[in-house]
Amino acid sequence: MASRRSRIPATKYPVERFTLDNGLRVVLTPDRSAPVIGVAVVYDVGIRSEPEGRTGFAHLFEHLMFQGSENLEKLAHFRHVQGAGGTFNGSTHLDYTDYFETLPSNALERALFLEADRMRGPRLTEENLRNQVDVVKEEIRVNVLNRPYGGFPWLTLPPVMFDTFPNAHDGYGSFDDLESATVADAADFFRRYYASGNAVLAVSGDIDVAEATELVTRHFGDVPARPAPKRPDFTEPDLTAERRTSYTDALAPLPAVAGAWRVPDPVTDFAGYLPYVVLAEVLTDGDASRLVERLVQRDRTVSSLGGYLGFMGDPFDVRDPTALLLQAHLPPGGDVDKVLRTIDEELDRLAIDGLTDGELARTQARMATHLLRDTDAVLGRALQMAVLEQQRGEPGLLNELPRLVGEVTEEQVRAAAATLRPERRAAIEVIAGGAR
Amino acid sequence: MTTTTTPAGPRTLPPLGPTRKLKVPKQAERTLRNGLTVIAVRRPAVPLVEMRLWVPFGRVHLARGAMLSQTMLSGTESMTSVQIAAELQKVGGGLSAGVDPDRLMLSGAGLVTGLDRMLELLAEVLTSASYPSDEVATERDRLVDRIQVAQSQPAHLAREALLKRIYGRHPYATQTPEPGQIRAVRPAALRTLHSERVHPAGAQLVLVGDVQPEKALDAAERALGGWAGAGRTAELPATPPLEPGPLLLVDRPGSVQSSLRIALPAVSRTDPDHAPLQLANLIFGGYFSSRWVENIREDKGYTYGPHSGIEHSVAGSVLVAAAEVATEVTGPALLETTYELGRLASLPPKPEELEQARQYALGTLQLGMSTQAGLAALTSAYAGNGLRLDFLAEYAARLAKASIDDVAQAAARYLAPARAAIVVLGDAERVTPGLAALTTVRTEPVS
Repeated sequence: MASRRSRIPATKYPVERFTLDNGLRVVLTPDRSAPVIGVAVVYDVGIRSEPEGRTGFAHLFEHLMFQGSENLEKLAHFRHVQGAGGTFNGSTHLDYTDYFETLPSNALERALFLEADRMRGPRLTEENLRNQVDVVKEEIRVNVLNRPYGGFPWLTLPPVMFDTFPNAHDGYGSFDDLESATVADAADFFRRYYASGNAVLAVSGDIDVAEATELVTRHFGDVPARPAPKRPDFTEPDLTAERRTSYTDALAPLPAVAGAWRVPDPVTDFAGYLPYVVLAEVLTDGDASRLVERLVQRDRTVSSLGGYLGFMGDPFDVRDPTALLLQAHLPPGGDVDKVLRTIDEELDRLAIDGLTDGELARTQARMATHLLRDTDAVLGRALQMAVLEQQRGEPGLLNELPRLVGEVTEEQVRAAAATLRPERRAAIEVIAGGAR
Repeated sequence: MTTTTTPAGPRTLPPLGPTRKLKVPKQAERTLRNGLTVIAVRRPAVPLVEMRLWVPFGRVHLARGAMLSQTMLSGTESMTSVQIAAELQKVGGGLSAGVDPDRLMLSGAGLVTGLDRMLELLAEVLTSASYPSDEVATERDRLVDRIQVAQSQPAHLAREALLKRIYGRHPYATQTPEPGQIRAVRPAALRTLHSERVHPAGAQLVLVGDVQPEKALDAAERALGGWAGAGRTAELPATPPLEPGPLLLVDRPGSVQSSLRIALPAVSRTDPDHAPLQLANLIFGGYFSSRWVENIREDKGYTYGPHSGIEHSVAGSVLVAAAEVATEVTGPALLETTYELGRLASLPPKPEELEQARQYALGTLQLGMSTQAGLAALTSAYAGNGLRLDFLAEYAARLAKASIDDVAQAAARYLAPARAAIVVLGDAERVTPGLAALTTVRTEPVS
């Protein structure tokens, strides 16, 4: 069949940017098609900035930001957001921590008030700290300790690939570190990283720009100015020899494996990075993709397979160093070596023979759908624009992503595939300790 | 305590602006000659279209149903699985199939410029899925692997035990087939099942996105008008009433947490009690600012994500409360849970608690409708239960007018702990004493 290229559409969300005197950067992106808004506050601190001996602290601190603030009691934040018909959450990433709400648009001022109040000062009490350490321990039990494949591979692969504490440590944290955290640690972390100059506020959806600007200024204008701390250099050299390790997961019924290769700097070399984002999809998106066709359908050496950029699957909101990851679950008694060898073989084949007719265009069309679907939700827009502003000063890039993905060439994808050599690979194998 | 303060001193929470009335988007509907109902809703925010096809699928053989959904996209008379996937990809599209005891669901999304092509491919699969032996064999093994992984997950095991406990001999009681049953499924059985049960009569196709509804209906009629075939339909019996009884403790030695599941009676969306019950549920445990979450998470730190919600199925509704709690506090967590249920069932809620829950219920209706995917899911769930989107307005009105008395009565009727069926999955040796101090416990090994 001849390749017919679907035209890649784009969004045209307007973007208004400004910076308050205290250094807070603001992004507004109006869209009045539904009476809802998304509000996101992103702080430029994440797992990589945790002090040694304080694994899991960035995430623990995220919990503490919900425990009351200058004018609000514990529980008030939740009640005020939900009592306005909204939903909320926060999440901790390698390079940032976000706080967000989706609300009916009549709650705009309330949301700004709530975010400004905790930006001025969360209530950091011993009681709340002890309570949230307990809650976080239960979160870790649910997501890691009490379930098969817990933390695979986002917690288990970085220590294979990286050597320095910022990149290699467990971002969920050890129970020992969590339990020994103090209120003073939290206060210090807040003072250093939760500065107005280290934050971005984004509001999307049913807003009037002039009115929203006025409200943002009213509520955030007197947040005390503190400059952003200097971000350390987290760079690590690339691997020059393959690294492999394995561990037994007592609950896992089947073997699994994940492999990763370093990729170009997503921020300073975006053009060099994008082909890897496309490559991951060429390899793994659906039954017509390279590795699914080969490993799942033809060889039957794996039962499921995924591929993505960034340890948290966040191609456009992560900084260097990061990686392209492939992960697979194998059938009982599956041969991990064979799977890795086949992946190497397919990467070679792609690098040498190139793509088939239409393979790239259809992958790009599907990527466009995924990107557009994510931005359809007001919150998806606010969050992504906030991080794009923070890491690149370029929130409008969100509108450009489908097109830029569509402009990646076959040559670039081939060249990217050619760099994924076994000697640059870090891999981790899960041995099924729970096989029956 | 460390708190930063700013010179402005205490500030007060700004009031909410005027509420925007719930606007139900326009929809168009047509029932084709073959019995397929097509519903199209316009939401042009992004140049995409969402697709949901609901085919009634009650009383289908469990393993064959699961395998049918796993292999339906594995090939047709003229296309291989790779060709189907590639052709969908070309228009930015994708399709996936899933089953539950009520329905077979084909879901997808793609660039709106590809709507015709996606519908053609959907029709191709519906009318000539061929269940090729090789692909069926591959998918059989994959499904067995997936079931094995599911069976190692506490949430899945707790769910299985709960369903058995509350549904007894009803078809809803078992929803995951055993690996052995999957291995016995042959392609011929899938072709038979497809011809018997995958037919347009009674099915609903929902299209939501950047489309003119009438044009979308025309496109669907062109593509799917030729989907023929009539076969068996099957009605599910109503679900049995919930039988309270001893707590069922499922022993999973070595668990570092216990999975607590509590089932309570509930009513369908159209029942007059539904809106008050929904509000009572929110106040109990249905959202973060609920009594249960504030108690066992924010006060006591027993758990991370407790939640309760009403599950609507075609044959009945049930309210389920779920929490994963630390092993050492399993008994105390149950105590607090029963306390909160009992307190709400026997004392009316405070007016401000009700207003907060009401605003949340009304606000999240707006949020749920604000994306194409959200609208598609809602429209399809409604359609599968015989409702249309305009029911949203009626439901919002019911939420708006439910009084404290209405909510208190619903809580007394449905949330009373005496009516609960309770299942706990955890390390029996460690949690039995704490649970047995509160209620009668019956222990079973994990399946």
